[in-house]
Amino acid sequence: MRRDAQAVVLLLLGGGLIRLVVTGDYLNYVKPYAFWLVLPAGIILVAVAAVTSWESWKGRGEAHGECHPDGHDRPKVAWLLLAPVVGMLLVAPDALGSFEAQRTGTAVGAEENRSTYPELPDDVDPVPLTLLDYAARAVFDEGRTLEGHRIQLRGFILYNGDEPQLARMIVACCAADARPVKIGFDGGAPADLEPDQWVEVVGVYSPEQGRDEINGELVPYIEVESVTNISSPDNEYQ
Amino acid sequence: MSQDVAEHDDTTDRAPARRSSRGLTSIEALALLLVFGLTARPGLAALFANELAQAWVARFVAVMVQATPFLVGGTVLSAAIAAFVPADFFSRAVPKRTALAVPVAGLSGAVLPGCECASVPVAGALVRRGVAPAAAFTFMLASPAINPVVVVSTFVAFPGQPEMVAARFTASLCAAIAIGWLWAKLGRTEWLRLPAHRHHEDGKWAAFWSGVRHDFIQAGGYLVIGAAIAATLNTLVPETWLAVVADDPVLGVLALAVLAVLVSICSESDAFVAASLTQFSPTAKLAFMVVGPFVDIKLAAMHAGTFGRGFAARFTPAVFAVALCAAVVMGVVWL
Repeated sequence: MRRDAQAVVLLLLGGGLIRLVVTGDYLNYVKPYAFWLVLPAGIILVAVAAVTSWESWKGRGEAHGECHPDGHDRPKVAWLLLAPVVGMLLVAPDALGSFEAQRTGTAVGAEENRSTYPELPDDVDPVPLTLLDYAARAVFDEGRTLEGHRIQLRGFILYNGDEPQLARMIVACCAADARPVKIGFDGGAPADLEPDQWVEVVGVYSPEQGRDEINGELVPYIEVESVTNISSPDNEYQ
Repeated sequence: MSQDVAEHDDTTDRAPARRSSRGLTSIEALALLLVFGLTARPGLAALFANELAQAWVARFVAVMVQATPFLVGGTVLSAAIAAFVPADFFSRAVPKRTALAVPVAGLSGAVLPGCECASVPVAGALVRRGVAPAAAFTFMLASPAINPVVVVSTFVAFPGQPEMVAARFTASLCAAIAIGWLWAKLGRTEWLRLPAHRHHEDGKWAAFWSGVRHDFIQAGGYLVIGAAIAATLNTLVPETWLAVVADDPVLGVLALAVLAVLVSICSESDAFVAASLTQFSPTAKLAFMVVGPFVDIKLAAMHAGTFGRGFAARFTPAVFAVALCAAVVMGVVWL
C-alpha cells in the first residue's frame, strides 16, 4: 500500500476511535476507563496520518521508502486495517445482549474462590446488588447474607427455552471476553417480557437453583415481587 | 555511505515509472472502496443485521479498540528509541563477556520498550556494531516480551491476577536468557548473513514519524488477524467444542502455543486476545503470551530477512521449544 493510502487508513482508524469516544459508543466494546487510552491513541493516529500525508504531498514519499531490507515499507497487511474501520463506522454493532447470553454459559464460577461476603446494609430497602454479587452469594454462600433483605437487580431479559431469565454481561477486559451471569425468576414474572428488554427486579432470595445447560454451572433464582421496565444503561457491561 | 545514496537515487528514479505502469494505484483503489462502502452502507448493514454477525463484529471491534492504544504507545516509544538513541549507546552499555552480557541484555529488555517488529532490525544493528550475537538475540527476544508497555497491558488484561503478569515476565526473561546462552554454546556465526545497513537521510524526526507509521501499520495488520480469530473462537465455535480442547491441560496449552505462532499478534496487544480466550487454562494463556512475542510466522519471516534463512530455520524451532517449556514450568509452579 502506498504512503498516501496509508495516511488515509490511519486517518480513518484514528478518526473512528475519536468518534467512538465522543459519541460514548466505546462503552459497547470496552470499559469506561479506556476513555483515557482510546482518545490519545486516536489523536496520535490522526497526527501520524497528517505527517505522512504532508511528507507524501511534499514529494518525499518515495525517496525513503526502502527502509527495510525486504522492502516491506509498503505492507500489504495495511489493507486489513480497513476491517476495524468498517466495523466501527459502518456496522457499529450494539453491546452484546441476549443473543450471546443465550449461547454462552453463566460466568458465576469466576467468583467461586471469593473469601468474604460482607453483610448487606439494614437501613437500605431494597438493597441494590449486581447480578454477579447476588449469584455468588446465592450459589457459594447459600444465600446466608441475602436472607431478610429485599434485593434490587438490574439486567436484561433472555429466554432459556420458554423460561425468562435475568442476565447481565460481565467483562473482565473488553467485550471480547464478555460472559453472562444468569438469574432465574421464581414465580410472578410477567409473561410478556421481550428479549433484551432492560428491567429492574425487586424480590427476595429464593433457595431454588437451576443448572445452565451449556456449562453445567448453577443458576440461582430470585423470588419476584415486581418487575419494572427501564431504559438500557450507558454501560451495559459490568 | 555512498552506496546508500546511490540506492536512494535509484528508487526515486524508478518510482514514477512504477506508479504509472501499475494502472490502479492503492490510493485510487482505496478511494473506490470508500465510495463503495458509503453507497453500500444500507446493504452492509443488512448483511451484518444477523445477530451472529453483530456479535462477531462487536467482539472483533472490542479487541481492536482495547488493544490499539497499547499498540500506538509501543510503536511511538520504540520509534523514538530507534530514532533518537545513538546506535553505539548499546554496544557501550553491554558488557564484553558473553556469559555476563546475555543476562544484562535480557534485563535491559525490561527497561526499553520495543515492538517485536522493531526489535529484529535493532538486534541486526547491534550485531553489526559488534555486540555479541548471543546478547543481541536475548535482547531481541526479551525487549518485546517484558517491556513496560507489555507489563501494563497484561496487568490491564488480567485484572486482579498480578501473578499472571509475574509469570509472564519471569517465563519470558528466563527463556530469552536461556536462548542467549544456548547460542553462545552452540551457535555459529556462519549461520548469520547480515545485509548492509541503510540510513535515514531526512533526519531524526522523519525517521521517528516513518517508524511509527511503519510499525503501527505492520503490527496493526497482524492484530486484525488475531482479533478476527479471537472473535471467531468466541462466537462461531460452539462452547462445547472448544471445551474439549480447552479442558484438556496438555491439548489446551499446545493449542494456544500453536495459535500464538499462527496469529502473529504484537506483544503489546496479545494479552487482550489471551484474556478473551476465557475457556482455556491460565497456563495455556501464559503459553500464548510467552510464545507469541518470541516466535510467530511474521517474526520467522523477519528473522530470515534480517539474519538469513539458515539462521531462521535453526532459531525458530529452538525458540518455540524453550518458550513453551518456560511457560509450562512457570504455569505449573505459579498459576
